[in-house]
Amino acid sequence: MAEDGGKRAHLSPPGPSAGELTHIAHENYSSSQENKIQSHSSKLVTRPNVGDESNDGPPPPLPPRPGVAPSPQAATTKVQSIDVQTLQFPDGSRGTFQTPGARAMSTPVQLAANSGSSTPGRSSTVDADDAMSVMSIVAPTLRPPGDLASLMVSDMSRKSPAWQLLRSQSASVKPFETVRLDVRDSLADFAQEFEPVPGTSEQGGLGDEQRLAVWKSKLKHYMILSSSGKPIYSRHGDLSVVNSFMGVIQTIISFYEGADNPLQGFTAGGTRFVIVTEGPLYFVAISRLGESDAQLRSQLEALYMQILSTLTLPNLTSIFAHRPNTDLQKPLAGTEPLLSSLADSFTRGSPSVLLSALECLKLRKSHRASITSAFLKSHAGGNLLYGMIVAGGRLVSVIRPRQHSLHPSDLQLVFNMLFESGGIRSGEGENWIPICLPAFNNRGYLYMYVSFFDAAENTAPSSTSNSSDAVPEAIPFSPTHPTPQATSSDSIAIILISPSPTSFYDLQSTRNNLVSSLTKGPLLSHIRTSIQSGRPSLTTQISPGTPLSHFLYKSRANVQFCMPSSSPQFDSPLPRRKLMSLYHSLHGAVHARHCHLKVLHSVADDSTSLAWITPTFELYCVAGPNVSRAAMTQGANRIVQWAKREEERLFIIGGGVF
Amino acid sequence: MADGPKPSSSVKLVLLGEAAVGKSSLVLRFVNNDFQENKEPTIGAAFLTQKCNLPTRTIKFEIWDTAGQERFASLAPMYYRNAQAALVVYDLTKPTSLVKAKHWVAELQRQASPGIVIALVGNKLDLTSDGEGVRSGGDGSGDADVAEGEESGDARKVTTLEAQSYAQEESLLFFETSAKTGYNVTEVFTAIANAIPETSLKTTRGSNQAQGRTGDEQQRVNLNANSAGAKDGCAC
Repeated sequence: MAEDGGKRAHLSPPGPSAGELTHIAHENYSSSQENKIQSHSSKLVTRPNVGDESNDGPPPPLPPRPGVAPSPQAATTKVQSIDVQTLQFPDGSRGTFQTPGARAMSTPVQLAANSGSSTPGRSSTVDADDAMSVMSIVAPTLRPPGDLASLMVSDMSRKSPAWQLLRSQSASVKPFETVRLDVRDSLADFAQEFEPVPGTSEQGGLGDEQRLAVWKSKLKHYMILSSSGKPIYSRHGDLSVVNSFMGVIQTIISFYEGADNPLQGFTAGGTRFVIVTEGPLYFVAISRLGESDAQLRSQLEALYMQILSTLTLPNLTSIFAHRPNTDLQKPLAGTEPLLSSLADSFTRGSPSVLLSALECLKLRKSHRASITSAFLKSHAGGNLLYGMIVAGGRLVSVIRPRQHSLHPSDLQLVFNMLFESGGIRSGEGENWIPICLPAFNNRGYLYMYVSFFDAAENTAPSSTSNSSDAVPEAIPFSPTHPTPQATSSDSIAIILISPSPTSFYDLQSTRNNLVSSLTKGPLLSHIRTSIQSGRPSLTTQISPGTPLSHFLYKSRANVQFCMPSSSPQFDSPLPRRKLMSLYHSLHGAVHARHCHLKVLHSVADDSTSLAWITPTFELYCVAGPNVSRAAMTQGANRIVQWAKREEERLFIIGGGVF
Repeated sequence: MADGPKPSSSVKLVLLGEAAVGKSSLVLRFVNNDFQENKEPTIGAAFLTQKCNLPTRTIKFEIWDTAGQERFASLAPMYYRNAQAALVVYDLTKPTSLVKAKHWVAELQRQASPGIVIALVGNKLDLTSDGEGVRSGGDGSGDADVAEGEESGDARKVTTLEAQSYAQEESLLFFETSAKTGYNVTEVFTAIANAIPETSLKTTRGSNQAQGRTGDEQQRVNLNANSAGAKDGCAC
């Protein structure tokens, strides 16, 4: 802390506001300033101590302060001065301040290509004398509305009225709506990203060269091969397409392995290659989506976890110990869809994976408490390890023994299997699945009981306690007979995990008890209602009138996150990918090693975004390109206040313990 | 004809067979009357139930649909232990799947309950030229045409004769089915229901307990019996 004292003098008012979101003004404030600035300028001038909140009437609730409630990760997030980076890209005419070195390894291609100039040295950001970084006026923004434009920058007041009018018109532009005609959108082909590479010409597909072209057009590849060069998995293309590339990759990797200096990654053109070696396996990610090395690495780790989840570590090790040349495709048979759905969720962009956190279904605290107590009462022996109710990938309730907690990376595998891969569907009975949860224990299998509530099922469970003998008359078979099936987003699953392979019938009776107690009372309809109303809408429910378009809020203590409804703006894959790319670059920038960044405000020509990291939460938010920093920070504060207020509805705190 | 005071009993049935022969598709056709192209492989095992109404009684099948991949094979005993019936499935277009099916039959005869009723089922009849008739006609008689199918567009690689004679040797029920069109699917389950000896149906919740059924083998219904009760009211 002491060595930061000098910086803090520049950046933050003395004392309590160290953890609060701050304004930073630049002379060349970009095109995003609103005309409100002007009307408030006199107020600012007459009030020198802009940091003193007591001047502003009743203060809103304070965000948590660093150091007051240290999180488990406190070691990596010690309280520091607020380091601010302002990236203004891509036209390059503005100053870009980024931390040197820290992002050198991991700078996303996209950012690097877009940002025009970069001023070396973080000190320039905080050095008031630096010609580039101008006036760094800092003020806490936690003040009532109406006082938001707290900054006065001299040249702002010289804007002509016509300019102001234009500004006020364009403030409503949504993120990613501006189109640059001169630059080819690198995501233009994103719609085809998940299309399979066609078969060979003998199978009525395309010739080899065309197939290769299709294969190369994919923005993201994942490959897994054994250290002896045997292909194990490739997201795109069958082995005839991929084989030779696998050989090249194996040669490159083993060259560096031989030099005792393993290859971590390299860049070719706009494409980043990242390599992870896990025992006898090489994992390769090839991305043109601009993710950081750390992010790609964690994606590859997740694929490795999936393989361990199928095989367990001792099995994997012994397979290769006996025969290093083994073709792992056979022992992994049936795992490919899981790997692919995992890979595709990374390519689409998954907030859960990005934040390493879980999402919960929003429920009233009392409702969730009664669901959990019903769950605990239903527990009918059978050596239960974990019990969960999950609605479309969002946790509703968890019960667990006191000594074991759940690991997000394990749940990611489970949710991927149940809600993404399509391998297990509602309406297809109960499932009994041997699964290794590597973060819990990578040496052995657990057994997972899964049962979905049928979409139309409102009464007793259909399977074993089906008491009605009224079987319909034989229906003539027709291949197209539609069966109502819940889509994965609204299906409710009961997941019970046990270490015992023979406890199926015990867990089944737990499930039956649970279902009858949920359906007897109003609890199931509470869950259904919450699913139907979806995630809260940002503009109507969370923060009416906010300039923000989307946000991610992660509660670090609970390892859970929440976000608003993506509808309608980010519903389709392309805007969603752009949004997630932006989140990825924000996340990558604030989590870069040696980069103790607390607040990052980033302005691009199609969006503005803000990342705000404290020991208790992480907030990432996105707005249109013309939203001012003041409006942005105020919007961010509102979201944090909302999340604090709703904390016990948004997150499961503790869960049921038995 | 549904709910009379007929005696009702549970029958534990297990499906075994190589990966991707259509075990889950057969079950889904039987239980939900549904079919999905390109179904993802089963992971572990799925447990489903379906009732089958016979003239004198109601059979409730408790079906264990197992995954076909090799790495799940070690779990199979858990599922066929105490099972009263087994459906061993192969793919008509894939000879190796019949080899695997024979292995399963041998394992069942060695290790499962002695009285277990085993049905050998060749699936994917829609891919064969026999299947053409099935698709257009609605009910072809699958067992009538034996053993050829060298016509163009016929993907059949396992002749009816070959499988049928094997089934006869081993005293198995035998059917060729198409889960895609639904052809012969109900008939398989109805035939199994009929083949389960009354004596083993004392309990209504019979799947868990071992039920002394030694000496039932003689009662096992004969072979190529796909006429057996095919038109019975298996209301599924």
